[in-house]
Amino acid sequence: MKIKFALASVAVGAALALSSTAALAAKNAPGVTDTEIKIGNHMPYSGPASAYGAIGQAFTAYFKYVNDNGGVNGRKINFISLDDGYSPPKTVEQVRKMVEQEKVALIFGGLGTPTNSAVHKYLNSKKVPMLFVQTGATKWGDPKGHPWTMGWQPNYQAEGKIYASHILETNPNAKIGVLYQNDDYGKDYLKGLEDGLGAKKSMIVAAASYETSDPSIDNQMVALKAAGANTFFNVTTPKFAAQAIKKAAEMGWKPTHYLNSVSSSAGSVMIPAGAENCIGCITSAYLMDPTDPQWESNKGFQEYKAWLAKYMPDANIKNNLYVTGYAHAITMMQVLKQAGNDLSRANIMKQAANLDMEVGVLMPGIKVKTSPTDFYPVENKQLARWTGKSWELFGPIYGPK
Amino acid sequence: MDGFLLQVFSGLASGSIYALVALALVMIYQSTHHINLAQGEMAMFATFIAWALIQAGVSYWIAFFLTIGIAFVGGVLVQRIFIKPVERAPVLNNVIVFVGLLVIFNAMAGWIFDHVVKSFDSPFPTQSPVLNSYISGHQLGTVGVTFGVVVVVYSFFRFTPIGLAMRAAAQNPDSAALVGIRVSWMLALGWGLAASIGSVAGMMAAPVLFLDPNLMAGVLLYGFAAALLGGIDNAFGAIVGGLLVGVIENILGAYVIGNDLKLTVALVLIVGTLTLMPNGLFGKNVVTRV
Amino acid sequence: MNLRSIHTLWIAAVLVVLPFLFEDFTVFQINLMLVYAIAVLGLNVLTGYGGQISLGHGAFYAIGAYTAAVLMEHAQMSAYMTLPIAGLISLVAGILVGFPALRLAGHYLALATFALAMAIPQLLKYDSFEHYTGGVQGLVLMKPEVPFEFELFGQELNDDRWLYYFILLVGTFIFWVCSNLMKGRIGRAIMAIREQPIAAGALGVNLAAVKTMTFGLSAAITGIAGALGAVTVAYVAPDSFLAFLSISILVGAVVGGLGTIWGALFGAAFIQFIPNVADEISKSAPWAVYGAILIALIYVAPGGVMGLLRKLKKGDTA
Repeated sequence: MKIKFALASVAVGAALALSSTAALAAKNAPGVTDTEIKIGNHMPYSGPASAYGAIGQAFTAYFKYVNDNGGVNGRKINFISLDDGYSPPKTVEQVRKMVEQEKVALIFGGLGTPTNSAVHKYLNSKKVPMLFVQTGATKWGDPKGHPWTMGWQPNYQAEGKIYASHILETNPNAKIGVLYQNDDYGKDYLKGLEDGLGAKKSMIVAAASYETSDPSIDNQMVALKAAGANTFFNVTTPKFAAQAIKKAAEMGWKPTHYLNSVSSSAGSVMIPAGAENCIGCITSAYLMDPTDPQWESNKGFQEYKAWLAKYMPDANIKNNLYVTGYAHAITMMQVLKQAGNDLSRANIMKQAANLDMEVGVLMPGIKVKTSPTDFYPVENKQLARWTGKSWELFGPIYGPK
Repeated sequence: MDGFLLQVFSGLASGSIYALVALALVMIYQSTHHINLAQGEMAMFATFIAWALIQAGVSYWIAFFLTIGIAFVGGVLVQRIFIKPVERAPVLNNVIVFVGLLVIFNAMAGWIFDHVVKSFDSPFPTQSPVLNSYISGHQLGTVGVTFGVVVVVYSFFRFTPIGLAMRAAAQNPDSAALVGIRVSWMLALGWGLAASIGSVAGMMAAPVLFLDPNLMAGVLLYGFAAALLGGIDNAFGAIVGGLLVGVIENILGAYVIGNDLKLTVALVLIVGTLTLMPNGLFGKNVVTRV
Repeated sequence: MNLRSIHTLWIAAVLVVLPFLFEDFTVFQINLMLVYAIAVLGLNVLTGYGGQISLGHGAFYAIGAYTAAVLMEHAQMSAYMTLPIAGLISLVAGILVGFPALRLAGHYLALATFALAMAIPQLLKYDSFEHYTGGVQGLVLMKPEVPFEFELFGQELNDDRWLYYFILLVGTFIFWVCSNLMKGRIGRAIMAIREQPIAAGALGVNLAAVKTMTFGLSAAITGIAGALGAVTVAYVAPDSFLAFLSISILVGAVVGGLGTIWGALFGAAFIQFIPNVADEISKSAPWAVYGAILIALIYVAPGGVMGLLRKLKKGDTA
């Protein structure tokens, strides 16, 4: 009898205690406690896009840095990053696992358009913030239709338009040849170029596509040269971009070469392809290229270098993927800082839509800015020309002020 | 005409790489009657070893031959450790082992050497000494190396006692065993040889395709098609098949169907040819006993 | 009631209650596993029973998936109605592949089917079809709505659990049909062609017709699985159907046990859950662990899981 009473009171006491903590924590998102915030992420650590896994490693390293320095508002980051192999069904599985089993507060920095597309509706219907997805597809900045999703990088179509306007300005009679990856990324860029050319779309005399499973893009390059193109829009991922630059040089083809920013890394593309092979190539930039000597004395870049040396000592400084990861992670931290002690999903999203910040590795003049109607954090870019040693910035900063 | 010739020569160069992969597949097929689906990944792994040697300061050609040697030993070990247990098992069990090896080699390459794309220098000059508006130095070099490999392999099988023993073991394992040939070790040698040839394919491909764990993923299918097109048991056919596939792929992509459906059409063509000539262009007609 | 009926009853009871014993996410994983089981069964009909190797069944899975997706998206069809149509279209596709495949055998058939698997993503991305297929962006689908409210063990009947019953129903039906088919005349004809094609022909089996129909049936089953898979994941895109899917289905068939009906379940469990297990074991090279487990399993159980179970039941004779 006594034992039963004791048990009962313990049970009641426990229930009361639980419910009061529950009441206190009710405002916060799942995965948030007094001491930690759980963040979920999906990356292609294996499969055809495995080179981008480096960004996930940068995230992990950055959050470790944050934790070593006390965390955010007294809470440490518990970062869960799962491999989806760039396969949409696997992304669905991993994201559902993180949301329903691991109970993360939000999903951050997922990579890939088809992979993110697969969980776009799910995360919005569950009201889970889907922040700073790593793809430049235009559809992520849609506050009305998908209020819980936000991209980060300047979108591909906008970049294509910038090149189009530059071509119209500098070479209105150009004959343009396009090499593009046969997927969302390639087609989005092409659309941007076409939209930017508008009525003069016929300036594109040849457009050749390739699959990531293609062994090489030789015959596409040969075809573009044969079509008489004197301007080349290179919409390829780093490996293929290097191949294209090399092939053009080998063929003795010297068009005005516009290289998409995804593949403009000096370390991963320009130098392996042969630094002297693309002198005069034009790209657009928003992040600092780690191999560019002009940033050596920049304070933000020096902070980045110090962080990389301490938290990713084996990493190759020339790889700009780590810069991308660093920049995304800093933005994420700012959102959490601004949210303070109200870490409900609604407030996290509110703060994400209320950013006006600088990031150390973004080029001077380019900021991260969002508002409830503007879900495109980074929109500004500047054109740059390859000198054979580095990218030399020129011209105005495009995009909204 | 210019563009056409460019495509043809370009096709011959990429076809040489397919030819080498096809030759490696034929090596294993001739001795074991299996097609090694892991051939591409093994070649890629060997190429990473070459890269590591070069990074460590070894000169290119020394690293080249060293890698061939290491690949040979690796191939023998793989056969002894992983393939021998399923030697007498059904075909599909062997396929499963190949799949397992495929993912293991791919994952190990990514783990040991990481997934970041690396450049791999070509030992050949950029400009070709001949026909330099149609072909690059590396492409000519690739064709040359392929030719060299074919000559070496042919001589090995034709003029050396071990080569003769391997041919005997492949053609008639029972009789070969009776005359004292250690058939099981001949299988291992076949694997070693195939791995070496594959490593050459990888080292020729890497300067063009750049080195990462997915280096050979696209090449394997074309190598497979080339091997079958030439007749799966015919080494000469493998070379011809490889060159044909390379040229067809380029011509189709440039002139016939465009790149959007190039893969589909190329494979339809190859499969269609096989339907008409089920043993490939040079294969033997196999007669089954009832 | 004999022992067999008692076993059937309690297994049925467990299956009915199952989704309420697990949380939503696990039910989703179970759904995926059941879908793969159907796909693997389809391949098994062709390869295990029929002896024709296919490295490209992912293509039929994709055809079924896209049929369902396009019908749901453009014809506003309900998910249930899309299944028979997906099956039919896959059947036709299977026959179209099976007919020229008559001339190919062994490695040549393997190449042809592998080529099909590699070509499918490119075909799905083709510009001219983009209006229907959604191109590279794919199509987002809606899972079927739950018709009534229900709760058991504290878990509500949500769309995943409802889908589970649907998949279970379809799966049980397909398994039952296949089981009977393989035990009957057609099954014997299919197996006879596998073992001794020339003798079978001499005994009056119409080789061409049976082989082609086997391909068709196999494709139809895997196509239906694809349709179910599309609804379960609620999304299709060309990147969902890469060549590795075909290889996985083959792995499932062999690991489960070729030429068996129930092997498909074990095979599906393998390809669905072992990658997750491998991820737990090694964060840096999970696929190496997967490959190692795969190779070890085929050494230990050359007849697949079903082969192993049979050996154990018999008492392990040398």
